[in-house]
Amino acid sequence: MKARLLGAAALLAGDSKADRVVPPSGFTARLTVFTSAAMAFLAVFALALSLATGRLADRWSDQLARSSTVRISAPEDQMPIQEAAVLEVLRTTPGVADARLMSRAEQAALLEPWFGPDLPIETLPIPSLVEVIESEAGFDPDGLRLRLAAEAPGAVLDDHTRWRRPLVEAAGRLRAFGLIAIGLIALSTAAMITLAANAALAANARVIGVLRLVGAQDSYIARAFVRRFTNRTLSGATVGTVAGLIAIMFLPAADEQGGFLTGLGFQGWHWLWPLAIPPLAAITAFWATRLAAIRTLRGLT
Amino acid sequence: MVIELSQAAYGYDGGELLAELDLHIPPGSFHFLTGPSGSGKTTFLKLCYMELLPKRGSARILGRDVREMTRDDVAFTRRRIGVVHQNCEFLDHLPLAENLSLPLSVAGRDTAEAAADLEELLSWVGLEARRNALPPELSGGERQRAALARAVVTSPEVILADEPTGNIDWDMAQRLLRLLIELNRMGKAVVIATHDMNLIRAAKAHVPARVLRLRGGRLQLAGADL
Repeated sequence: MKARLLGAAALLAGDSKADRVVPPSGFTARLTVFTSAAMAFLAVFALALSLATGRLADRWSDQLARSSTVRISAPEDQMPIQEAAVLEVLRTTPGVADARLMSRAEQAALLEPWFGPDLPIETLPIPSLVEVIESEAGFDPDGLRLRLAAEAPGAVLDDHTRWRRPLVEAAGRLRAFGLIAIGLIALSTAAMITLAANAALAANARVIGVLRLVGAQDSYIARAFVRRFTNRTLSGATVGTVAGLIAIMFLPAADEQGGFLTGLGFQGWHWLWPLAIPPLAAITAFWATRLAAIRTLRGLT
Repeated sequence: MVIELSQAAYGYDGGELLAELDLHIPPGSFHFLTGPSGSGKTTFLKLCYMELLPKRGSARILGRDVREMTRDDVAFTRRRIGVVHQNCEFLDHLPLAENLSLPLSVAGRDTAEAAADLEELLSWVGLEARRNALPPELSGGERQRAALARAVVTSPEVILADEPTGNIDWDMAQRLLRLLIELNRMGKAVVIATHDMNLIRAAKAHVPARVLRLRGGRLQLAGADL
């Protein structure tokens, strides 16, 4: 492992003698740097999209798992009986992991965004709320509604979060598309570098002929090309990644009111993820160039 | 033997250009290979430095069967063979001194350590003042001498020269020949493909050179007319 790391370090550090055997090629070099920068820029956004939709899917999934409630409306004297009946029904319902009667203070907190903190909740005929937490399997909402209607006529199952399920699925798919986009960007980078490397190898056929004549091994010749393309890709991808991160930083900040679009960015340690893009691009360039070079050199005598 | 061909044959596009080649080249020998244009002199030399493999028969270069060599083996063996082409190919973007040290670089040798030897080599071929010139700036004669210097920088055991005097005047040809004879006296085997009879006669005045002739795809020992 240590030898491999030293080899990689030597590759990036460069060998001035070996580097110089291949003549500089301005256009191919600029093309490689520009394309890898553009790909890295796109990869930053694809990563941001994937992470943001991942967060969204997780948040919605989380809420879906524990946001069912049973609302009990009954005359004040009937309320304790109905509350007890509802809790008993929920306790014996398969798929219900937990059921808890919400306190008056919790209900006041829920209403506070609409009516303010000074709402005299004790004087109002506000229905009782039972928070229901589903198990992994979930419960049958229709069956529960029927049982509640029989045992506690004033109780209504408010299954208001079930609409989130298709949204969670959509967010999950969006996350998958983000990952696919990153994969396609990596493949496009590899394809582009393979084409550029092949062009460079073809343009330097005479140089390769001279090197073979004086006893250069394929690995020596390949290394000169591999190092060059790897370094170009690394520098281009670094520029593209930095540009992408700056662009992401200038996106509006994530907040509850803004919703999904303003949350399209990195949060916390997720800012570290894009730092993996330049080295991954360099690894892609390394293998793409190496394979192209070895394949081309094997065709020569 | 540095080069051993046994019933070796080679041809292009299904045809047969060279056939029944039997040749043993011992260390320290001096051979001329002659024949009309298109007789296969360059192809013969390519068989000797493994750019081509015989279609039939066998070839052993520096003791190794060419068919058993890997690509790396070929590279390692070529480091022990100096090749001078008629159209000397260099890396045009590198100064002459770096071109001459190229065989050392590819062999992983420290060119800084060999700097003194390189200076001596440049001086030997009379190009010390041209060390920083780019190859396209060199004259035909300078290129031939530079090619010879590059061919011998690793102190190879055999030197193969393909029409080394083809593009230069007689004075320069004689100068190059003297260098090759000097190398031969240092123990290197030398094989020169040429159709320049004057060059062969000039060489035979100084070294016991064997002259081989390619005719009809076969190798013959030339007679006393040379």
